[in-house]
Amino acid sequence: MAFDYEKWIRPGKLPHIWCPGCGHGIIMKGMIRAMESLKLKKENTVIVSGIGCASRLPGYIDCCTLHTAHGRAAAFATGVKLAKPEMDVIIVGGDGDGTAIGGNHFIHACRRNINLTYIIMNNNIYGMTGGQFSPCTPTGALASTTPYGNPDPGFDVAKLAIGAGATFVARGTSFHANQIDKLIAEAIQHKGFSVVEILDDCPTTYGRRNKFKSVIEMMNRLKDIAVPVKAAEKMTAEQLKGKVLTGVLYKDDTKPEYTVEYDKVIERAKAAK
Amino acid sequence: MEKKLPKIEISEKLCKGCHICVEFCPKDVLEMKGFYASVKNLEACISCMQCELRCPDFAIKVITE
Ligand SMILES: Cc1ncc(C[n+]2csc(CCOP(=O)(O)OP(=O)(O)O)c2C)c(N)n1
Ligand code: SF4
Ligand code: SF4
Ligand code: SF4
Ligand SMILES: [Mg+2]
Repeated sequence: MAFDYEKWIRPGKLPHIWCPGCGHGIIMKGMIRAMESLKLKKENTVIVSGIGCASRLPGYIDCCTLHTAHGRAAAFATGVKLAKPEMDVIIVGGDGDGTAIGGNHFIHACRRNINLTYIIMNNNIYGMTGGQFSPCTPTGALASTTPYGNPDPGFDVAKLAIGAGATFVARGTSFHANQIDKLIAEAIQHKGFSVVEILDDCPTTYGRRNKFKSVIEMMNRLKDIAVPVKAAEKMTAEQLKGKVLTGVLYKDDTKPEYTVEYDKVIERAKAAK
Repeated sequence: MEKKLPKIEISEKLCKGCHICVEFCPKDVLEMKGFYASVKNLEACISCMQCELRCPDFAIKVITE
């Protein structure tokens, strides 16, 4: 049976603003399937974003939503979670929002291991503002601000998250649509800071400039470079050159969670009075 | 045994003509007709839902029983 996405969409909000073929729509659908599979309640679910094309997502979803300042979604979400620890709080946003202007908030949210889910829609570019390079733009790629090729190496968002202390880290792609809901559902269920990086496609400001003939070519590239973690175990370093691992990359259930630890601080403060 | 064919609905209000559903249908059921995706050969459809799953725009629905 066709999936009932309408249940989670604010009436009258479609069509969304994203360009033809933009992976953000594919990710939003995966997110809706994940929320539905976990039977999340609209009144108990908060989606928080910053600024960017990706960050427009909460405007479409019929639950509690916050569209905040550029790069600050993690800070707002931390506040919501501390005030309402029983709510499921999900952050969404782009690579620019999350790793450039919001990079500091991102790593510190990872470090605290607060029970939030961060879905980072990594299309390797500032899509909204016309294609400036981001910290996730690969070396050599063309952006409006790197017309002769980007000299910087890009961040590996998953490694950054693991290094900073996130306790659940997964990666998918906008081509592997079927996997997106499963990764997001597992991330939401994890009690700690979860990061799901979805390698995404921006045909308008990244694809065209980087000589992809169409969004189909971008999709096929995602298909070619993705290697599931299990399959990678049997591959040589040579075979893994130019590939990216997908699936659940890291999971640690032993670390203390921030809202639980913060409650203890409150108790200690009360006892000290 | 005769296979059950689904009903495929494509919304022209939502379709942005990206070609994704046409390209990734394993049975070549869909085609672009002008700006929009359209059903060319429903007989070949195996109700795999790939088109519905991949459409970024909520524009295509595969309705099975
Ligand atoms: C404080 C501030 N600085 C800069 C901007 C301009 N700006 C808007 S969106 C954006 C980048 C968005 O990139 P990303 O998060 O990757 O989202 P995408 O559009 O690619 O989905 C920038 C720099 C802003 N809105 N506010
Ligand atoms: S500019 Fe890029 S990221 Fe923004 S909606 Fe268009 S394709 Fe998507
Ligand atoms: S359900 Fe599968 S076979 Fe049928 S049109 Fe969609 S992609 Fe093609
Ligand atoms: S995938 Fe969706 S938006 Fe793209 S052509 Fe098909 S129906 Fe239209
Ligand atoms: Mg981006």
